[in-house]
Amino acid sequence: MCAVASCSLVGGGPDRGPDDPTSRRVVLVTHDSFAYDEAVVAEFEESSGIELDVRQSGDAGELTNTLVLSRDNPIGDVVFGVDSTFASRAIREGVFEPYRSPAAADGADRYRIEGADDETADALSAVDVGDVCLNIDVDWFADPANGGIAPPTGFDDLVDPDYRDLTVVPDPATSSPGLAFQLATIEHYGDDGWADYWAGLRDNGVKVTGGWTEAYTQDFSGSSGAGPRPIVVSYASSPAAEIGEDGEPRTTALLDTCYRQVEYAGVLAGAAEPDGAREVIDFLLSEPFQSQVAENMYVYPVREDVALPESWEAAAPLPEDSAALPADEVDANREDWVEQWRTIVLG
Amino acid sequence: MPVGFLLFFFAWPVVAILLRGIGEGGLAETLFDVRTWRIVGFTLGQAAAATAVAVLAGLPLAYLLSRLDVPGRGLIRVLVTVPFVLPTVVVGIAFRALLGDGSLVAIVLANAFFNVAVVVRTVGGLWAHLDRRAEDAARALGASRLRAFLSVTLPALRPALGSAAAVVFLFCSTSFGVVLVLGGARFRTLETEIYLRTVQLLDLPGAAALSLIQLAAVVAALAAGAAARRRRETALRLRPADTLLHPPRGGDWLVVGAALSVLIGLLVPVVTLVIRSLSTSTGFGLAGYRALAGEPADGVLAVSALDAAVNSLRAATDATMLAMVFGVLASVVLARTRRRGLAQLLDGLLMLPLGVSAVTVGFGYLITLGALPDGLRSSPALVPFVQALVITPLVIRMLLPVLRAVDERLRQAAASLGASPWRVWREVDLPMAARSLIASAAFGFVVALGEFGATSFLVRAETMTLPVAVARLISRPGELNTMTAYAACTLLILVTAAVVALVERIRLTGGANALGEF
Repeated sequence: MCAVASCSLVGGGPDRGPDDPTSRRVVLVTHDSFAYDEAVVAEFEESSGIELDVRQSGDAGELTNTLVLSRDNPIGDVVFGVDSTFASRAIREGVFEPYRSPAAADGADRYRIEGADDETADALSAVDVGDVCLNIDVDWFADPANGGIAPPTGFDDLVDPDYRDLTVVPDPATSSPGLAFQLATIEHYGDDGWADYWAGLRDNGVKVTGGWTEAYTQDFSGSSGAGPRPIVVSYASSPAAEIGEDGEPRTTALLDTCYRQVEYAGVLAGAAEPDGAREVIDFLLSEPFQSQVAENMYVYPVREDVALPESWEAAAPLPEDSAALPADEVDANREDWVEQWRTIVLG
Repeated sequence: MPVGFLLFFFAWPVVAILLRGIGEGGLAETLFDVRTWRIVGFTLGQAAAATAVAVLAGLPLAYLLSRLDVPGRGLIRVLVTVPFVLPTVVVGIAFRALLGDGSLVAIVLANAFFNVAVVVRTVGGLWAHLDRRAEDAARALGASRLRAFLSVTLPALRPALGSAAAVVFLFCSTSFGVVLVLGGARFRTLETEIYLRTVQLLDLPGAAALSLIQLAAVVAALAAGAAARRRRETALRLRPADTLLHPPRGGDWLVVGAALSVLIGLLVPVVTLVIRSLSTSTGFGLAGYRALAGEPADGVLAVSALDAAVNSLRAATDATMLAMVFGVLASVVLARTRRRGLAQLLDGLLMLPLGVSAVTVGFGYLITLGALPDGLRSSPALVPFVQALVITPLVIRMLLPVLRAVDERLRQAAASLGASPWRVWREVDLPMAARSLIASAAFGFVVALGEFGATSFLVRAETMTLPVAVARLISRPGELNTMTAYAACTLLILVTAAVVALVERIRLTGGANALGEF
């Protein structure tokens, strides 16, 4: 035990690599869900002479607040994973050094943040998009033993008595997909209608869990947990992970209920390696990186010239018209909306 | 030195983040909000209930392990410790599967589940050394077994019980993952609310207000615990443990029955996890285990789960060594300090890390350690330091009752015979405390293995620990990720069991001599 210990304190963990004076170390700060193909990153490190040091911490919200709190003394050079829900807060706090990647024209520009000026719009570059949608268990609805109810097609069905006690959603206060789904209902029903819709969901026996993990892996009938409820809030990409041995997806996403979350990357103001940071953004938007985000992170690439994996084309196509609310509107109202939601649904 | 460590790694970051929140104003708004006090009430209530359950469940096991000569004691000791290291999110899910969600009962039982080991270890450590002649005398004078227990044994155990209850209460009142998984937004504690306000809302004034309330509650609980101990923490007649073991007889069998029921209760969630690690949609399979050793699953983790296990062992070893140095030094100082007030103040200070939110500490690091040269903030060495911060109070709680129970006259006698202070410690204190020393190191190690809150703030991709790996895997869709998460959990259980078993062996072979006769 002592032998193991001494090398860990003294040796400082894994090897730092050779002390090549031409090699630049760029610290990429990101969230827990960041995952990548080792080979693609190694290739980038080789060609650019940049050693990429990846530091992961928390979810998108925690990441954003970490950046805001450490603004005067940034914890890295470049960030990936600030999402559209939190972007305007970080931009307002002056966390980023504006940079517009030449590669942004290949698709990322479609998701540019609308801002008062170019500086705001260029603070962040879109890297991938994820859609939060209702997912249903196809087999459950096909099984005559379950009463032969037709699969739901949109929001309205869920308040129909036929679908009583069939839905499980994560809490918007504690879960990012939970919040996205609430935002989807706000976008769909508007300021006047969303509260009534949720009151209807409550009366129709919607189940609320603390996080996505419990809802999906335990209450949802279509996942490995094989729970009792066939309707769940998850991602448009989730069905790609639920392909059975026959090659058929066991679940499907309702593409009319989706809310789009864009994940952004940005150069941190005060970065020690600003040039390297910009190169990392170019890399995140490059074809090799973009073409592996789907399988590694269950999100869709922003580049227009990158094909989805074959299984995705069938099981998890990119929703065509997802809802999204402007970032500053979400930022301004989030707390009130969640508080109202608590009052309505939890009483 | 322990105080310096505490000031640097704990007090500075915490005070800095609190001041930042207070500086922004609006503190009073949270303090005078009715909802805040409802949360306070719930936090303390569920913690008190869980503490009571843990103590009641722990006592029969402590008796069984410290007094009764039954086969399989070593195994039972190992099994009892396992729950303590399981990642909270996974245990939350197991309890949800067993008891349904959103229920207060599930939260209380899950919190108690984690902490039975604290009671068994802390109380058992002292119980094993208690001279049973006083109890025998009471029995000989006609006291019933229960009466003898209540009027002789229980008072003698009170220091350890007080210690255990205080630690368990602190753990339960700051438990986070369990409440989040089992309670959702319906049941909220100070800890989950601080997390929400800090991490999701960046409402630093609100978080600071809640942290201050939590700190006040912790100080009050510590003061109450110290008061309960003070009256009783006097010299006891301690005996080498092995002379006290006896085969169960008569009423002992009731205790054995109770202990075994508790043990089964502890094992059900553990077995549930293991079964889930083997369950595929088409029956049982080993896919999850194959994914453990092989390539990082789907690129979710930068290292394989086996590497994560090695990282966990390394960090926990470093943390344990640090914590033992600080804990033993602090305990010796505390046991020897004659000024009660000072000793209690120090004691309380050293316990505080157990009662402060991991989020508060983690975010505190962001704004303080960044001021230091060359990124200590992101150094891999920070993980063991922070884990040591969590373990040190536990080490102190396990050692101090034993050291305080050492009869001061023994030390005086040794000193008057010309022994140096070091020799006194070696000849008098060490033999008495050896067992608790090893036990606290083992326990500390196991706690560090399972530590998640603070570690998840600091850990880097390539130094990822096992609990953090489990949390990341389980938050992905797909059967293989889920199975791998549970398989990694099983690996954590096995590593823990192996460590505890190893320490038990060392203790059994070396322990008897080290204890010696005196």
